[in-house]
Amino acid sequence: MNAEWRYHLSEHKGAYAAAAMFVLVFALYIGKHQTGWTVPVLTTAANKGVLLAIVAMAQTLPVLTAGIDLSVGMVFVLANCLASHLVVGSALQAGFGVVVVLAVGALCGLINGLIIVVGRLQPIITTLATGTVYFGLALGLRPVPGGDVHAGLADALTGALPGVGIPAMLIVLLAVVVVVWLPYRRSALGRAALAIGSSEPAAYMSGVAIGKTKIVTYTLAGLLAAIGGVLLTFVTYSGEASSAIGGVYTLNSIAAVVIGGTSLAGGAGSAIGSVFGAMLLRTIGDLLFVFDMEPLWQPLFQGVILLTAVSLGALQLLKVSNRLDLFR
Amino acid sequence: MQPILELIDVSKRYGGVRALERARFACAPGRIHALLGENGAGKSTLIKMMAGVVQPDEGRIVLEGRERRFVHPQEAVGAGIACIFQELSLMPDLSVADNICITNPPRRFGLVDRAAQRRIAEAALKRAGAEDIHPLAPVGSLSLSRRQMVEIAKALAREPKILILDEATSALTAADVQRVFTLLKRLRDEGLAIVYISHRMNEIAELADDCSVFRNGRHVATFAAGTHSDAQTVEMMIGRDIEHAFPPKPAAQEASAAAAPALDVRGLSWNGRLHDIDLDVRPGEIVGLGGLDGQGQREFFLALFGVLRGVQGEVRLDGKPVQVRSPRAAKRREIGIALVPEDRKTDGLMLPMSVRDNLGFAALERMSRAGVIDGDAEAKAVDAMIAKLSIKAPDPADAVGTLSGGNQQKVVIAKWLMNAPRVILLSDPTRGIDVGTKQEIYVLLRKLADDGAAVLLYSTDYAELIGCCDRVAVFFDGRIVRWLAGDALTEHALVSSALNLGNGEARAA
Amino acid sequence: MTELALRLRKSGHLPVVAAAGCTVLLLLVGSLYSRNFLSADYLLLQLQIASFLGVVATGAMIVILLGGIDLSVPWLVTVGGVMSAAAAGWWGATGAAIAIPFGIACGALFGFVNGVGVAYLRVPSMIFTLGINAVAQGLIVVQTGGFAPQDRSTPTMHLIATGRSLLGIPNALLVWAVIGAATMFMLHRTVLGRAIYAVGNRERAAYLSGVDTRRVTLLCFVIAGACSAAAGVLLTGYSTKAYQAMGDAYLLPAIAAVVLGGTNILGGRGSYLGTVVGVILITLLQSILSVMQIPEMGRQVIYGVVIITMLLVYGRGRRHAD
Repeated sequence: MNAEWRYHLSEHKGAYAAAAMFVLVFALYIGKHQTGWTVPVLTTAANKGVLLAIVAMAQTLPVLTAGIDLSVGMVFVLANCLASHLVVGSALQAGFGVVVVLAVGALCGLINGLIIVVGRLQPIITTLATGTVYFGLALGLRPVPGGDVHAGLADALTGALPGVGIPAMLIVLLAVVVVVWLPYRRSALGRAALAIGSSEPAAYMSGVAIGKTKIVTYTLAGLLAAIGGVLLTFVTYSGEASSAIGGVYTLNSIAAVVIGGTSLAGGAGSAIGSVFGAMLLRTIGDLLFVFDMEPLWQPLFQGVILLTAVSLGALQLLKVSNRLDLFR
Repeated sequence: MQPILELIDVSKRYGGVRALERARFACAPGRIHALLGENGAGKSTLIKMMAGVVQPDEGRIVLEGRERRFVHPQEAVGAGIACIFQELSLMPDLSVADNICITNPPRRFGLVDRAAQRRIAEAALKRAGAEDIHPLAPVGSLSLSRRQMVEIAKALAREPKILILDEATSALTAADVQRVFTLLKRLRDEGLAIVYISHRMNEIAELADDCSVFRNGRHVATFAAGTHSDAQTVEMMIGRDIEHAFPPKPAAQEASAAAAPALDVRGLSWNGRLHDIDLDVRPGEIVGLGGLDGQGQREFFLALFGVLRGVQGEVRLDGKPVQVRSPRAAKRREIGIALVPEDRKTDGLMLPMSVRDNLGFAALERMSRAGVIDGDAEAKAVDAMIAKLSIKAPDPADAVGTLSGGNQQKVVIAKWLMNAPRVILLSDPTRGIDVGTKQEIYVLLRKLADDGAAVLLYSTDYAELIGCCDRVAVFFDGRIVRWLAGDALTEHALVSSALNLGNGEARAA
Repeated sequence: MTELALRLRKSGHLPVVAAAGCTVLLLLVGSLYSRNFLSADYLLLQLQIASFLGVVATGAMIVILLGGIDLSVPWLVTVGGVMSAAAAGWWGATGAAIAIPFGIACGALFGFVNGVGVAYLRVPSMIFTLGINAVAQGLIVVQTGGFAPQDRSTPTMHLIATGRSLLGIPNALLVWAVIGAATMFMLHRTVLGRAIYAVGNRERAAYLSGVDTRRVTLLCFVIAGACSAAAGVLLTGYSTKAYQAMGDAYLLPAIAAVVLGGTNILGGRGSYLGTVVGVILITLLQSILSVMQIPEMGRQVIYGVVIITMLLVYGRGRRHAD
């Protein structure tokens, strides 16, 4: 039994570290907060944090295959704008609208995957270009911010569960992790994705279906980004085609993935780590606010903290005694 | 005996290079079939065709009487063909069990059944004789020898009918090699068809039932083992008679014994991997490093070349103590150490860059002023080197990746020769190279030594060590345990020193 | 010249020729819409605008050749613009004189930090430059918010960015030409250039061949930082004001221009001439889209589709079975 735990811990140490840091920082935040540990405070935190967490989960999938998806933020925004048109009306119509938006997100991911696999283009430049296209579509849907969303659904999801006081968004996050991430991770496909990230030539020689795995991975990433976009609509009650938001979410998702312990080189990591990485990023921003830091200084501090967090891995370098290990 | 797998008139071309030309091959169940030929003869390509990694341009593959096409390695695996390649097909971040069951994992409710997977992995490891490997260990944490065993277990887990091994024993400890041989013989008796590629004639002699010789992409002969002598076989492989594989060694000269050593190492230690190494090389001498793979020989070279941090001990060049802090410092005129690494494709060359660019690399500073390269000087020096080493490169502006393995290795050596180094370290320089080029390299090494350079040669090939080196330092566990020279330098002495302490198991395993 | 021709061939002339062909195509399509498109005036104006992107793309290309990527372009451009304008405000006449080098030096300093993080701390360039981008943003926010420095450009900056001092050729174009020529020389005729390609191809082998790969990487990021800042200086001169978020519109086009010009995004391969053609192509594309008065939505979509299509034509990777 001992060996099993050792291997498990060593495999997931990044995620555990991110989780621990998050708990620490969040405790600090709650402690300093005027109102403290109350349902409204938790709910607000959850509403903001879960959005980035889901986009970070979306980013994790391609990163595990040693790829990257620079269009997740734009799919997120596109889903938001589309949802502000479709997730309205009766409960049935709204439900149908959600399904359509998720399908569109998956389609965006599918297109990414097809271009990367069949077109044999590099993920970074592919998703950079498709991101522009998806943003253009979002702009077409919502040239100016506006729209609406099914009030009942929005209120329910941005609130807390009656009686228990748990923010509904956290339940949604949990559901997404359980329904999308865990089955993916435990399936042969998820394992194949890790294999591809670890060593694509070895995976090919081992007979792993590289093309199919990558296509599914990017499609799921699109789907997850769309889920995030729908949730954004519930939070803001409107749709806005803002390239700033799209850009920020894309870049922060990458930061969350790295902070959550997943290497950009692929092959190892977990979306759960990315979730904690995202929550950590969000909380740090709120922390500065709660410590009454001058708004002027907040962007700088956030930047420095981000930089420090991603550079922590450099401490391991001090142990390296064979310099050849530093290089690929 | 009816063959189970036949390749009939298969051809494969890579650009202008003909890897295989109407080649024929057949292997039968219950027999070990050895594939012989120098590199570039087409053995690897043949095997890749059998494994579905490449497709033949022409020709047929017939499996169990039916014609097949393997468009993807998965199809070959599904058809019962398992291949163990030289470049391992293991994913370092995944566990041993994950790697073994990567292609068709056992499933439960659509998800991977981890418990069943672990059982399969343990069974496969046991069959391969490697029960001590933990199924959950990440493959990247295992030594090269253990990884090779995992690769073998992975092939066995697929319950293959045909097992192909491409130089599978090159990284194994002696004990593991014995285990693998016993395993292969057992599998043969169970009815598997086994195809075995190796450069080591003693292994072929021990294992093979049949032999096939390839040369220049064509099939030369197939015969039962033992019907031809080693010399006849080698003649078939290279198409000409080789009388003397190695250039003559100068007789041990008393005069040079009194001369100051060109390279003098005292008490070199590092990180618990190298302990108190004393070594000296006199000018005109070729000193070999012997011992099993992974006993610190590579690390010793890296230490001399300035790659390792925290190296203790003293290094003197021509009597003067030096501190080598980096490869950049090592190649400077005042020091002048060159390293030809064992993996030319990842460590020695930039494959997509031109032959010219690769050749000029180490000596660029000498051919430039204030950082600007003197194009004419470079072109002249490059052309001179190509001629001197007879490098077969149709156009020096072509990518070095298009050259054959032997010529690529010549480029690596030439690159360093442009620097006129005082000490040349060569780490397994003739691995994977055809016999003809090997000979050329041996002659070159002797000439370099005669011209005054100190040459250190690490090789896993006993014949090479005996044939080339004046003295051999046998490594075990990061120490030099024995020096062998002159008449004492025999294969028997090398083997027994390499197995120091009598337990026959190398610590690196 | 033969060296150049050889290099062109080795680095794959196909992308450069294809990109040049597309450029011509774009010009013809544009001329269908408006005859002005082929006039010398208009073309010179396009080249002038292209110069700004060209300077950024130069730095971007060098980092991409190394096998990395510089995502700090947006805010380093802003740093260049803001700091050069500020210098003029802080130090009066001396300030105006050193405004341009000061702005570029600030960019180079950030580039230096980028280089340390990527080369010595071994943090992946994508994430480290991202962090530097955020830090640069933070610093500019503090500076402009807290200290309200001058944001107007100096007359010199304006002259360089908008003037035509020599035979009617825009000064900005001359600046790009000089930077470009220096870069081509560096890449093809110097030890540093050879080292950059080597590191981009395989850092291990370059290290074992005696290249100080970490120093080379550091230097490249410094150059990239300086290029971004230089573009910021030019932009400030062009619009006579420095403002936040000046650089946001330059990151994607710079990367796209480099890739469309045939440089391999993974590093080790590419010619500067290709980047030049790529920059002109992107600039023309953006111009046509705005001349045709296509709404922003259409522009974004067409932009992305064109990039993907062109890459599918000549930027595809190899099959596994090869």
